[in-house]
Amino acid sequence: MTFDAEVASDADGKSDVDAKSFAGVNGGSGADVLFDVQELRKYFPVPRGVFGRSVGQVRAVDGVSFRLHRGETLGLVGESGCGKSTTGRAILHLIEPTSGRLVYDRQDLAELDRAQIREFRRRAQIVFQDPFGSLNPRMTVGGMLSEVLKVHRIGETGADRSGRVQELLEMVGLHAEHAGRYPHEFSGGQRQRIGIARALAVEPEFIVCDEPVSALDVSVQAQVINLLRDLQKDLGLTYLFIAHDLAVVEYVSDRVAVMYLGKIVEMAEAEELYGNPLHPYTRALLSAAPDRDLKAGPRRERIRLSGDVPSPIRPPSGCPFFARCPHPGKDEECETASPLLEEKGPNHVAACCKDPLPRDGG
Amino acid sequence: MTTRPDLLVVTDLRTHFTTEVGVARAVDGVSFQVGMGETLGIVGESGCGKTVTALSILQLIPSPPGEILKGSSILFDGEELLKAAPARLREIRGNDISMIFQEPMTSLNPVLKVGHQIEEALRLHRGLSKSEARSAGVALLAEVGISDPEERYDCYPHHLSGGMLQRIMIAIALSCEPRVLIADEPTTALDVTVQAQILDLLAKLQDRHGMALLLITHDLGVIAEVCDRVVVMYGGQIVETGTTQDILTRPEHPYTQGLLASLPGSGDRDVRLNPIPGTVPSPVNWPAGCRFRDRCPVAEERCAESVPELLPLSEETTRLARCWRVGSIGGPVEGST
Repeated sequence: MTFDAEVASDADGKSDVDAKSFAGVNGGSGADVLFDVQELRKYFPVPRGVFGRSVGQVRAVDGVSFRLHRGETLGLVGESGCGKSTTGRAILHLIEPTSGRLVYDRQDLAELDRAQIREFRRRAQIVFQDPFGSLNPRMTVGGMLSEVLKVHRIGETGADRSGRVQELLEMVGLHAEHAGRYPHEFSGGQRQRIGIARALAVEPEFIVCDEPVSALDVSVQAQVINLLRDLQKDLGLTYLFIAHDLAVVEYVSDRVAVMYLGKIVEMAEAEELYGNPLHPYTRALLSAAPDRDLKAGPRRERIRLSGDVPSPIRPPSGCPFFARCPHPGKDEECETASPLLEEKGPNHVAACCKDPLPRDGG
Repeated sequence: MTTRPDLLVVTDLRTHFTTEVGVARAVDGVSFQVGMGETLGIVGESGCGKTVTALSILQLIPSPPGEILKGSSILFDGEELLKAAPARLREIRGNDISMIFQEPMTSLNPVLKVGHQIEEALRLHRGLSKSEARSAGVALLAEVGISDPEERYDCYPHHLSGGMLQRIMIAIALSCEPRVLIADEPTTALDVTVQAQILDLLAKLQDRHGMALLLITHDLGVIAEVCDRVVVMYGGQIVETGTTQDILTRPEHPYTQGLLASLPGSGDRDVRLNPIPGTVPSPVNWPAGCRFRDRCPVAEERCAESVPELLPLSEETTRLARCWRVGSIGGPVEGST
């Protein structure tokens, strides 16, 4: 049994992991759980040769479990290739997961019929990183938004729909007259607003935000972050916020999960994770982020990782972080046994079998 | 910092582009100096003229449509680059002034082995033989922190990760021990752990070779980490310049203050970000008067009427700002104390 299985089987209380602690990590009782992701795996085949024979598998997501509660933002951070975007797409069934159980609002997605899947697609939306690539260049913004409404049978008449389009554009800080324009007439920030309007058109309750501000300049990035937070407050949205920018994730998230090589290595409330990181990878990641706070006095000591992330085609058999881990206590156990995600503190899990080193300077 | 002899002196640089919709004044009167061993950061959002400034120094601006206007001056160690003959320029590029770009994946030739591309620079500029160039190239790869340099030398670019390719770009740029390195967003495409490695590497190499580094970035965190002085650009002009400490802790220009306020810092999550409204205008029609005025929270009538000069804030001439209100706004940006 892998660690993820144990993580996921908290409900029956038979697993090695203390069920109570796990409910704690996931933020309390199961009543307000919107999305329960259990042991999600997504492997991509590696084709080779003329006939595209599969010669291996990329384990993009390798046993990820988490719960999302109504109205919260769960941040998902990690470096490129760690599987964070694949996770976001797989839970929406935009790509078919290899295995795992996805329970959305107490319904197992695997058991839904077509009509129910369509309804799930309405309730769960996604905002992409590249606003231009995700908009049809040959359709006006208004045309695109009313098509979304039509597909989901929202609004009886064309007039209903165009009224709703105007409402949507104003909701994201654009003007009603923008409806007649094409995507190329907008700046990057405005396009991202259109992407958000498209997601909001069907009145979703859950949005996967996949690097929504990474392509934007800082001033525009801040505008879009404010918009996302306002919409969350006004509409009671739940977000899975995927980003590589640690400061942005800290700012928008209630809880944060750190991914490395397809696995969650640490998860805690945002303040706890940033203030008291326990996994050596989380510590290295936080310390690598440039620090623009020049008033903080002497520079904190930096942990420098060597090398690159190993290939997800042949992931290491033991701890995925073993090769780059700076922990002085790492040993054969780390190299051979994959560590379990264990409770290390209140509402705080990490997958490291060594005791965290004391940190100097707090 | 001011005691370092200036190696690169840019004065009143103007680079304009002729486009279908008018003349784009991408760089419009930019002056700065970089001293030996110094790191100068140029920061600003996209469309502010940072990259065009860098390309103008090496005269890599395609012409037409681009043109460096008369009256601009770029002095390298006392020599006017804008008047140099093409042959002399080729000598300077790579030998004395090198450049690395944001996208290591697209800056290398995909059908040539990386070793071949390093060798080319070494043979062309340092006149080494093939076997000399190979051993020098392998040594360079080791110096920029690539493990198994012998083996990597015969790899094609697609075999290597982004971080490794950026190291190879740095190795090529350093192959002739340049006195000035221009790095245009060298870590923007990389992950933070790799970015930290590359920034460490640049600092180490700078210490060893004493080269001047002109670092272009939009990331104020990178600036804080490595730069001695900072130039903040907006609308093709410098709006503020000073030491890194001054710019980040006591920004005077409303644009610099706005940039800092836009960043989610380590502060309170319940505090709303306070971004600059709007976006950077098109370089074809900058607003008359102060170019920042239509996004500026404290703009007043005179900002529309006349262009503010880039003026020293006090006796110290290294601290300049381009704003009518400087002196009256003052103080560090809200929440940064």
